[in-house]
Amino acid sequence: MNLYVLSVIVENEPGILSRVAGLFSRRGYNIKSLSVGETEDPKISRMTIVVSGDRQIVEQIKKQLQKLIDVIKITELEPDTSVYRELALVKVMVNEQNRPSILEVVDIFRGKVIDIAKESLTVELTGDQDKINAFVDMMKVYGVSEMARTGLTGLARFNS
Amino acid sequence: MNVAESMIKCLELEGIDTVFGYPGGAILPMFEALRRSKIKHILVRNEQSAVHAASGYARVSKKVGICISTSGPGATNMITGIATAYMDSIPLIAITGQVRREFIGKDVFQEVDILGATEPFTKHSFLVTHADEVPTIMAKAIKIATTGRMGPVLIDIPSDVQLEEIEFKHIKEVEINGYKPTVIGHSGQLKRILKRVHEAKTPMIIAGGGVLLSGAEKALTQFAETRKIPVVNTLMGISSYPMDSPYYVGVLGSHGDVLCEEVVKNADLVIVIGARMSDRATKNFSLIRPEANIIHIDIDPSEIGKIVNYQIPVVGDAKTILEYLNEKIKPNEDEYWLKQFDFQRAVVEYTDLAKGDCVNPKHFLNEVSRRLTADAVVTADVGQNQIWTAKHIQYSQNRKFLSSGGLGTMGYSLSAAIGAKLASPEKMVVSVMGDAGIQMLLGELGTLSEIRHKVIVIILNNNLLGMVRELQDNAYGKKSHFGIHFSISPDFVKIGEGYGIAGRKIESNSEIQSVLDEAFQSEYSFIIDVRVSPEVDSL
Repeated sequence: MNLYVLSVIVENEPGILSRVAGLFSRRGYNIKSLSVGETEDPKISRMTIVVSGDRQIVEQIKKQLQKLIDVIKITELEPDTSVYRELALVKVMVNEQNRPSILEVVDIFRGKVIDIAKESLTVELTGDQDKINAFVDMMKVYGVSEMARTGLTGLARFNS
Repeated sequence: MNVAESMIKCLELEGIDTVFGYPGGAILPMFEALRRSKIKHILVRNEQSAVHAASGYARVSKKVGICISTSGPGATNMITGIATAYMDSIPLIAITGQVRREFIGKDVFQEVDILGATEPFTKHSFLVTHADEVPTIMAKAIKIATTGRMGPVLIDIPSDVQLEEIEFKHIKEVEINGYKPTVIGHSGQLKRILKRVHEAKTPMIIAGGGVLLSGAEKALTQFAETRKIPVVNTLMGISSYPMDSPYYVGVLGSHGDVLCEEVVKNADLVIVIGARMSDRATKNFSLIRPEANIIHIDIDPSEIGKIVNYQIPVVGDAKTILEYLNEKIKPNEDEYWLKQFDFQRAVVEYTDLAKGDCVNPKHFLNEVSRRLTADAVVTADVGQNQIWTAKHIQYSQNRKFLSSGGLGTMGYSLSAAIGAKLASPEKMVVSVMGDAGIQMLLGELGTLSEIRHKVIVIILNNNLLGMVRELQDNAYGKKSHFGIHFSISPDFVKIGEGYGIAGRKIESNSEIQSVLDEAFQSEYSFIIDVRVSPEVDSL
């Protein structure tokens, strides 16, 4: 099972999210993450969908998505020719003793502390999924009390 | 002009003369607009039938079928019909009333999320929230339903929107950003097809429902005859090729002809045209060998490689592609391959089947077939009757076979026949059903009686669910039947009389001729209740 990243340009119509989500569930495709937001044109949204499967399944997913009338364009974002980012907010349990070493790790990952309390701090981190996974693994040593991840979003690199 | 009036006006301008529906609170403005229009409205007895009737209408008229219901239960009753049309790619527009916009999401009386409920089996759907979008939505709905791989489109329209005043516009051409169906095949692929077709020694064609939907029957004939290629039909493809042609082999699939399988196995090139190679057509995909040389022509790119990666896929319209190929192909004079299986063609000895007291449905349908006009329309239901009707009536490109192939919806036949008849009142229409299928939507006998057009309704009555009986035989052994017997066998002739339709029973072979004479000569619709043996299998 490999992961594939699809960038799907859709009409910003009500119901499009349920059409896409419904398609994945009823055809038995695995969706790892899905993020949606407006594009430069407010009538058009971009969905970034991370799917797992083999090549044949991904080709079928692309064709089935293309059949949805509100789907305008599908691009597969390949690692070499695209940039991906995900945003994660990670709330870590801290105490007086371990706080400096936690902050050191946050710094190494270029994270940002956006909330701090006596017993916890919340870190904002962007990066690709590997980076975020690595950071979360480091934080698990201290105790992650809560986490929110946006799922991947991405764009194809400029290609002249 | 209000929204409802402008929608009906648009349908009028699109050449729609008949719609099928059932009114209710949330669709009243639409019915008021209908009342004042030239369009004929056929009141059915259950909204499901309105969709099936619209399907029959669409398949015969080649226009988009229209069915209209109210919100809530009216809309949910349509669901089976919509799913039936979706599986068979039938162009329909289902218009459902919805509660007033301000009440949506409040669980008010007869509110249901029909868009959500039908999302998996509509080609597309619209919830109309702004009145001024209506002309564009109508144009989009018609375009989406009737082009590319056809299918049902749903328009859900709140009752307050129906009453809003708008400026009438009839939009003929509309651009849809995300919808650009491919009609003309890829030229490189077409060249490869030509090369393979000319090289092949033992090619064959599998022609599906797409040939009928695209109107490619004549182009298919020319193609097959020029290259002397035998043609096999899927169930949905029946009547895309004349059965009396020397090139015709039979019906493929789990209830098909053995000879077709032989031809598939021995073919060095299989040309699949407008068929999705379903589990039923391919015996759970066992008939497709991935290593076989297969050309797959389909309008829907997602059908390419859905089951198997075919060697030469080409996306496009069957008629356009076949016409292109016909211009380029060179005739083949070699009849060697055609002759190979000529002597193996199974001949059904109907005279043998006519022996004994109990009516054999195969023999009976063969007798019906002999009386059909050249351009008759035959609708079959689902179950044993579907297989018998597919195989024991002779079809041609003019004599059409309509049935619910993909979803396998019991009750389809009668309503589809009503729709077909209204689309072409001059044509003879025969509806074949089982005793179970007709009881699914029995009230449609009322609709049939009201339309004052003649449909011959044949009930192959074995007082049980015959196809399920066969499945139980196969799965659990004979005598393991359960849940398939009707302990009450209604008198369908009396039921018909109750609705004002004449009818006769046939209880033995000797009665067949006189009853068929009466039925075919009758001026009005006629029910034939045929007592067939429960022992007879579909094959």
